[in-house]
Amino acid sequence: MTDASDESRTGIAPEAVDETRAGRSRRGFLSAVSVTLGALMAALVAVPSGWFLLGLRRSTREWRPLGKVDDFTVGATVEVAFEDPSPLPWAGVTAKTAAWLRREGEQEFKAFALNCTHLGCPVRWLPDANLFMCPCHGGVFYADGRVASGPPERPLVTYPVRVRQGVVEIQTSPLPIMG
Amino acid sequence: MQGLARLWHWIDDICGLSASFGPIFTHRVPAAKKSAWLYVFGSATLVVFLVQVVTGIALASAYVTGSGQAYDSLRFINQNTLGHVLRGIHYFGASAMIVLIGIHAVRVYLMAAYKYPRQVNWLTGVALLLLTVLMAFTGQLLRWDQTGFWTAVVAAEQAGRTPLIGNWLGHFILAGDTAGGATLSRFFAAHVFFIPALIFALLGFHLYLVLHNGISEPPKAGRPVDPRTYRSWYHAMVARDGVPFWPDAAWRDLVFGLLIVLTILTLAILVGPPNLGKPPDPTIIQASPRPDWYFLWYFALLSLIPKWSENLVIVLGPLVFGLFLVFLPLLGGKGERHPLRRPWSILIVAFIVGIIGYYWHMGVLAPWSPRMDAPPLPVAVVGVASGPVADGAKVFHDKGCEFCHTVSGYGGIRGPDLSDAGDRMTRAEIATRIFSGAENMPSYTGNLTPAQLAVLLDFLESRHLKPPAATAMFPPR
Repeated sequence: MTDASDESRTGIAPEAVDETRAGRSRRGFLSAVSVTLGALMAALVAVPSGWFLLGLRRSTREWRPLGKVDDFTVGATVEVAFEDPSPLPWAGVTAKTAAWLRREGEQEFKAFALNCTHLGCPVRWLPDANLFMCPCHGGVFYADGRVASGPPERPLVTYPVRVRQGVVEIQTSPLPIMG
Repeated sequence: MQGLARLWHWIDDICGLSASFGPIFTHRVPAAKKSAWLYVFGSATLVVFLVQVVTGIALASAYVTGSGQAYDSLRFINQNTLGHVLRGIHYFGASAMIVLIGIHAVRVYLMAAYKYPRQVNWLTGVALLLLTVLMAFTGQLLRWDQTGFWTAVVAAEQAGRTPLIGNWLGHFILAGDTAGGATLSRFFAAHVFFIPALIFALLGFHLYLVLHNGISEPPKAGRPVDPRTYRSWYHAMVARDGVPFWPDAAWRDLVFGLLIVLTILTLAILVGPPNLGKPPDPTIIQASPRPDWYFLWYFALLSLIPKWSENLVIVLGPLVFGLFLVFLPLLGGKGERHPLRRPWSILIVAFIVGIIGYYWHMGVLAPWSPRMDAPPLPVAVVGVASGPVADGAKVFHDKGCEFCHTVSGYGGIRGPDLSDAGDRMTRAEIATRIFSGAENMPSYTGNLTPAQLAVLLDFLESRHLKPPAATAMFPPR
């Protein structure tokens, strides 16, 4: 196959290459410069993009009111819904979050995360059975959050709760990731 | 007609299309003869990928990527007849892609087409397999109903099992401290831009390598691959016995591809896409998140393996499998290709298919899940409408026993069937078990009043498979 037919097929004529020592060193220098500039160009775009992507939205921990103390019966566990620590304007229903709240005494409350400590599914409180049960893989917890049976190894995560001027407040927390 | 031909010649002259791409179409491939139809799965996967790209773009043009609006926008798409069908095509396309890429990988593995010089063909294929699985996972989540929302949480929890970086990785997946406003955008960008871009790039490389190395010939027992002589032997073989890819081999790809597309379309119209569940409201705790069918086996696996092995399976399992796929062509790059000369390869495939099949079956049954919607036992099962046995049946339901234990066909199947508890255990034995609990049963110590315990024991003691004459009028199933 001749050069002429190559050219007619692709339109590219092979260039005669300067094979002297100076020519090779010049080409080596230009290659190094080009590769460096290309890498720099990529880095200029990749670093801010990657930084933004890897950055996590850390939210502040806020106290949210749940209701008056007397709204809750001693010994009962109920679901309480409250707002995320820093909801985004477009979060809609996902700005809400919930927990299980148990009134243990006159002023004592305990709040449990909804999430099963196995893989995070929402546990349900069965008031008659006095147990939390997870619908995903069948984990069961006692009323005080201890593991009763099934795959979970750790008790339900608790959230800080306090009573201020007769109002029960819960402190928002990150999703508990058990690891 | 002649005008068209002249137009084509003019375009071809100034664009050089047949000069540059003609050889790609007409390159010679081995005449696969009897096994020719085994070579259609890779191209069919590509066809379905393109189906996914087209329907995905159409769906993305109406989908709203906001945690608060995505669900409503999907309801809007669903109300449109064509939108409904498009969702169906995209769903069954995803299923078809998983199935086809799986068959393609098994075919290549059994025929050992990953050996010299096609090691990188295999490695790019492994990466494409992983990316396809990620597409399936992220896509299921974009449905952003209740299951979609909890899938994000479960994904973060699973990633949280990774040593050292688990906690960071889990919150990275959620794009913050909690699953909320930022989470969905992250999965959308991954599903629509990031992963498809990688798939396009790797797919291009994969196809380039197929051309560069030539498609593998059907293996023959007693004809091992020798890297020193393979290439020259292959070139001589295709020059002698091969056929041009277009159209001698390509027609099968198109016949099979069309069949697949027709199947997807039929299923999309007749069966339709999965229904949207409840809205992604984290405060609705009446949720039972289940993955789509392609992950059901893994979901089941996580429920049924012993507790101590869980982190090994979640973290080490995929790692070991991934390393096996990566090192397979690097360490086994030459030698016999025929599956009959590599019997362990058949065993490995049978083992993996068996495991997935078994756990998939278990996933459909979901025996570990408490049946939290089990209704109270009817009088016909209990045998009496009032008295201690009837009271015991009520305790049996209210205390959650029935969610895990079957009695005469009612209730869950996590624990032993108690239809014949009275035949198998004494009153004392039943009481002991209720107090002590077990690995998968809570202890009811302190949870039952003496009166409740007494009637519960009365009820369980009255469970017989061969009922005494008094209750024979209500025979169990």
